[in-house]
Amino acid sequence: MAESMSVPATGGAPTAVAEPILQVRGLVKHYPLTQGILFRKQVGAVKAVDGVDFDLGAGETLGIVGESGCGKSTVAKMLVNLERPTAGEIRYKGEDIAKLSSRALKAVRRNIQMVFQDPYTSLNPRMTVGDIIGEPYEIHPEVAPKGDRRKRVQDLLDVVGLNPEYINRYPHQFSGGQRQRIGIARGLALRPEIIVADEPVSALDVSVQAQVVNLMDRLQSEFGLSYVFIAHDLSIVRHISDRVGVMYLGRIVETGRDAEIYDHPTHPYTQALLSAVPVPDPEAREHRERIILSGDVPSPANIPSGCRFRTRCWKAQERCALEVPLLAVPAAFRYEGGPAAHPSACHFAEEKQVVPPEEKRDLPSGEAPQEPPKS
Amino acid sequence: MLLEVRDLHVEFRTRDGVARAVNGVSYSVDEGETLAVLGESGSGKSVTAQAVMGILDTPPGKITGGEILFKGQDLLTFKEEERRKVRGAQMAMIFQDALSSLNPVLSVGAQLGEMFTVHRGMSRKDAKAKAVELMDRVRIPAAASRVGDYPHQFSGGMRQRIMIAMALALEPALIIADEPTTALDVTVQAQVMDLLAELQRELNMGLILITHDLGVVADVADRIAVMYAGTIVESAPVHDIYKAPAHPYTKGLLESIPRLDQKGRELYAIKGLPPNLMNIPSGCAFNPRCPLARDVCRTDVPPLYEVTEAGADGRSACHFWRECLHG
Repeated sequence: MAESMSVPATGGAPTAVAEPILQVRGLVKHYPLTQGILFRKQVGAVKAVDGVDFDLGAGETLGIVGESGCGKSTVAKMLVNLERPTAGEIRYKGEDIAKLSSRALKAVRRNIQMVFQDPYTSLNPRMTVGDIIGEPYEIHPEVAPKGDRRKRVQDLLDVVGLNPEYINRYPHQFSGGQRQRIGIARGLALRPEIIVADEPVSALDVSVQAQVVNLMDRLQSEFGLSYVFIAHDLSIVRHISDRVGVMYLGRIVETGRDAEIYDHPTHPYTQALLSAVPVPDPEAREHRERIILSGDVPSPANIPSGCRFRTRCWKAQERCALEVPLLAVPAAFRYEGGPAAHPSACHFAEEKQVVPPEEKRDLPSGEAPQEPPKS
Repeated sequence: MLLEVRDLHVEFRTRDGVARAVNGVSYSVDEGETLAVLGESGSGKSVTAQAVMGILDTPPGKITGGEILFKGQDLLTFKEEERRKVRGAQMAMIFQDALSSLNPVLSVGAQLGEMFTVHRGMSRKDAKAKAVELMDRVRIPAAASRVGDYPHQFSGGMRQRIMIAMALALEPALIIADEPTTALDVTVQAQVMDLLAELQRELNMGLILITHDLGVVADVADRIAVMYAGTIVESAPVHDIYKAPAHPYTKGLLESIPRLDQKGRELYAIKGLPPNLMNIPSGCAFNPRCPLARDVCRTDVPPLYEVTEAGADGRSACHFWRECLHG
């Protein structure tokens, strides 16, 4: 079962996944805003997630990027059922997990595990590493008989690159990178099919980040895992993902295969996001076009009408305030196909290359968009 | 030279022993220049900056040696009172976390105005007018009506801009920015770095930018000093360091960034972990993690060699910098 990777279908419809293991449709999470103490009445809602659709194929990595407050972590929590969706469906192998009986849900949960961002607060400081990694077996005893557990935990430590003799140590005796390995080992304990990783490397130092990313990559091919990889670091997401979804204010605004998103973005928010990422190459400083967005992300309690990005968009017109753009392949690209033909929720989607391809970067101007000389 | 740090040593005496956080750091910044100090957590980059500003917690911290020359005068010989006159007026600091660096129970106007009442002896009314002017300068919309607002009423990006305004208030000659954009989202980071660079040019200030982000450094720095375990392991003009790193640690950091042509392959990762500062390896502190390490690296502390081949004035604390440069 190790090498049963299903590569997402190329060309045609980019979101179509060969055999989706997870299907998310119209996912919504609203947190009510209430007023009054005795007579509570709802005065509004924080629309943290406001209609998200995606598919996850077996053995695939879906990257979700977005800035703080865009709802990406709330999506993660709903996927592992830590939060109940206000509306919408999360179908695991065709069954909506919100409608399952508690017994059936328990079985599903075994197969969808989570790795958290902060390895300092997501491990109980009073438990030994052995207890932390072995705890899932207490809840799902059918996975490992009691006598077998210690051995299993040691195997897991070995798999994530930690010394199996450390089984009796406490979390504070480990560095950040090692703790994240413990978190990953716990996530693997039940042999899940899907791992939801919420910013798994953001809290780590640069030199340790690469170690953890490599580990996750290796585990994926070893165990045939599917990942939902949530992060704000665009270069890491690109490295690990097969497909990417860009979120803004509770919605996915653009989605496609990694090269489609990074090299042929058509949504202005994706373009701005990509252009804002500092490139570790001082030579690129001069001939790089940057889109600096004005203002801040609006409050999710008060989402703009029409297109939610219009308040910060340089292309916004009257239509954007009236009509909600749907996440679909823009008409302009629908017939010509090619890498720009992927779903983008913009009325005025246009291809724009914002990150110069690496091999072209050295040429004086290459095919980069014409740029007025800077004064 | 505006600021020159020479052979600075800082220790922390803790219950578990002495942590040698800074072990002989030297760097300098000129007017209008941007020096980026790059390093991971625990490399001593922030402690060095705190020593320069004179805001190191003593105890447990202790400066055990070295000089900090600001406009030619050694700040370490100053009395606390004289030091305070330098701080804020001549050098200022921007911190990472604006929310915990601003006072939550005072309006931002009061906090900005305090700079003028304390250092310039202005009246409160004039100070308030100055505060509005500053907020305008860092592009806070409707500054005049927001001057009475409290820190929690601003977004993260705006709070960071208020921190910048506060640092710039008295037009200091030197700004130290300690991870100024780490807590911010990329699109806001771009706004803030743009603003900082523009104001620096305008006022011809020296800027020390402390960061771990190789991307931000490439965007704004003139020179880079890379720190590891309390020492500078490499320093060079920004273009040289990215093109031809002369220290295996710098090289490892640059190679561990995901790149397009590596997609689907394993990322380069520096093996092992940064050292414990209470127990720094003998010889070169990086030797247990270094692919080039040999016997001499375990015994002899490498000096900062001049990297002569690149043609520029780079320096590298590696016995085998030539190999690193060409390998």
